[in-house]
Amino acid sequence: MGQIQLKQVTKSFGDVQVIPPLDLTIEDGEFTVFVGPSGCGKSTLLRLIAGLEDITTGHIEIDGTDATDLVPAKRGLAMVFQSYALYPHMSVRKNIAFPLRMAKMDKAEIDRRVNAAAEVLNLADYIDRRPGQLSGGQRQRVAIGRAIVREPSAFLFDEPLSNLDAALRVGMRMEISELHKKLATTMVYVTHDQVEAMTMADKIVVLHAGVIEQVGSPLELYRTPRNTFVAGFIGSPKMNLINGEEAAKHNAATIGIRPEHIDVVESGGTWTGTVGVAEHLGSDTFFHIHNTGLAETITVRAIGDVSLTHGDTIHLNPRNDELHRFGADGLRIA
Amino acid sequence: MARSVTPRRKLINTTVAWAIGLLIFFPILWTILTSFKSEAEAIAAPPIFLGFDWTLENYRIVMERSDYGRFLWNSIIIAGLSTVLGCIIAVPAAWSMAFVPSKRTKDILLWMLSTKMLPAVGVLYPIYLIFIELGLLDSRAGLVVVLMLINLPIIVWMLYTYFKEIPGEILEAARMDGATLRQELIYVLTPMAVPGIASTLLLNFILAWNEAFWTLNLTAVNAAPLTAFIASYSSPEGLFFAKLSAASTMAIAPILILGWFSQKQLVRGLTFGAVK
Repeated sequence: MGQIQLKQVTKSFGDVQVIPPLDLTIEDGEFTVFVGPSGCGKSTLLRLIAGLEDITTGHIEIDGTDATDLVPAKRGLAMVFQSYALYPHMSVRKNIAFPLRMAKMDKAEIDRRVNAAAEVLNLADYIDRRPGQLSGGQRQRVAIGRAIVREPSAFLFDEPLSNLDAALRVGMRMEISELHKKLATTMVYVTHDQVEAMTMADKIVVLHAGVIEQVGSPLELYRTPRNTFVAGFIGSPKMNLINGEEAAKHNAATIGIRPEHIDVVESGGTWTGTVGVAEHLGSDTFFHIHNTGLAETITVRAIGDVSLTHGDTIHLNPRNDELHRFGADGLRIA
Repeated sequence: MARSVTPRRKLINTTVAWAIGLLIFFPILWTILTSFKSEAEAIAAPPIFLGFDWTLENYRIVMERSDYGRFLWNSIIIAGLSTVLGCIIAVPAAWSMAFVPSKRTKDILLWMLSTKMLPAVGVLYPIYLIFIELGLLDSRAGLVVVLMLINLPIIVWMLYTYFKEIPGEILEAARMDGATLRQELIYVLTPMAVPGIASTLLLNFILAWNEAFWTLNLTAVNAAPLTAFIASYSSPEGLFFAKLSAASTMAIAPILILGWFSQKQLVRGLTFGAVK
């Protein structure tokens, strides 16, 4: 079991309230990702759940019992830190065994669990090394191993991949996702990287200035962002958000259209502009278009390698059925 | 670009460094040399540097007249115990200041250090009177406490600096892993801070070993350490420089040897945190 409920939780540091009253339910077995720009309070929220920070007001319930005043170790949660936070003076084996030793488990059981974790995470070959002798990816696995052996009711991940290089990050992302499938344990994962959020999450919680902007599955957020913040934050490259006259034509204060929902046409088209920067990724090409008569630079995705370069004229046709409309308050207009 | 050093420049640097080193070391060297001279040669003018009749006579006389072993033992006990006691108090203190600082932590640290600026003689009377009251005069226990107290600010400061370097996330991980505060200190913080704690202990031991003001004023016979041993060869015996030098050499030898073997540790400890 691993249901986590936040009820009217707030957090203040001195006079500054970083989390205004917030309600959230994380269901048992769910992979939930907290995503948002830096300083949005996502890590603070995770630390509140972990018990590393005290909440100012409100309640936290884990599996239906009030955990608000419990010390971290008594909450049955395990955490993986951004810096891995391994004990540098202990071998991999001792690192992984540490929580079990603290729980005064008997030695045979500790050995059994440590070996099982090492097996799952491919750590058997390094089991007697110190963290300093391991690569970033291996260290991350040790940190995960230390979390797994406790058989917690939920895992908390605080930007665990941000110290890894890009290639390793993709690999670890898959490993964590697979681990989730295998263990079927609740995971709460904090990241500022919306690609991580989109690829891993069952449920994404978008945070901005301590406020939950939207909660939903990755595709829900992609297809029906609740407001302009979520619209701009989810999706890569960002959704084009256009204000002014063009938006007024659609009876909105702001309209949004994703780069992949604008077609490049030979002639005519709704907007005509000149190509600024062209990003060739091979499979796709992203064009940044100026001089369309709109105040905003428009980003367009073309499939494959399209041979338009800087300064060329381009004709664009946004697909009207993919337009998102937002009111003056930034909220989505149905 | 790395600054290039010409051979000439290097020679000058080396010479200057050696000159400064010798200048600092000279008093000790002179003491050691004098200890091997006869009393007449020791006060000869102009002074004789190396061309004298080397003799162990002074050492023989000093060993005969005084119970060197007892003074040595007192020094070891007093410096050792005051260091251990100081560490037991300073580790939790430095931990709390480094990891759960309050608004006033910096002030407390400064205030603690400011006590080191107080001239020791300013509190001699009160402490002397307290010692009489408690029957601690000329006792090793009394000296252990006093030396521990006067060095405590330095231990706390040094440990505080080391602890600040330890990432808080590691301690938080220990907390998540179910470590109690005591276990966190014993299994995680202390082992990680071992280099820092070791150099702190070492420095404190040296300071306590060399401390003369309190050891001379608060002891007579029973608890007298090596500082008193040296002092006993100064005035009452007249100007016997050679014997005084022999006594001094015997008093500083243990700490000099200890310092020599641990200099790497000391330098590392004292510059710890200067460069990340």
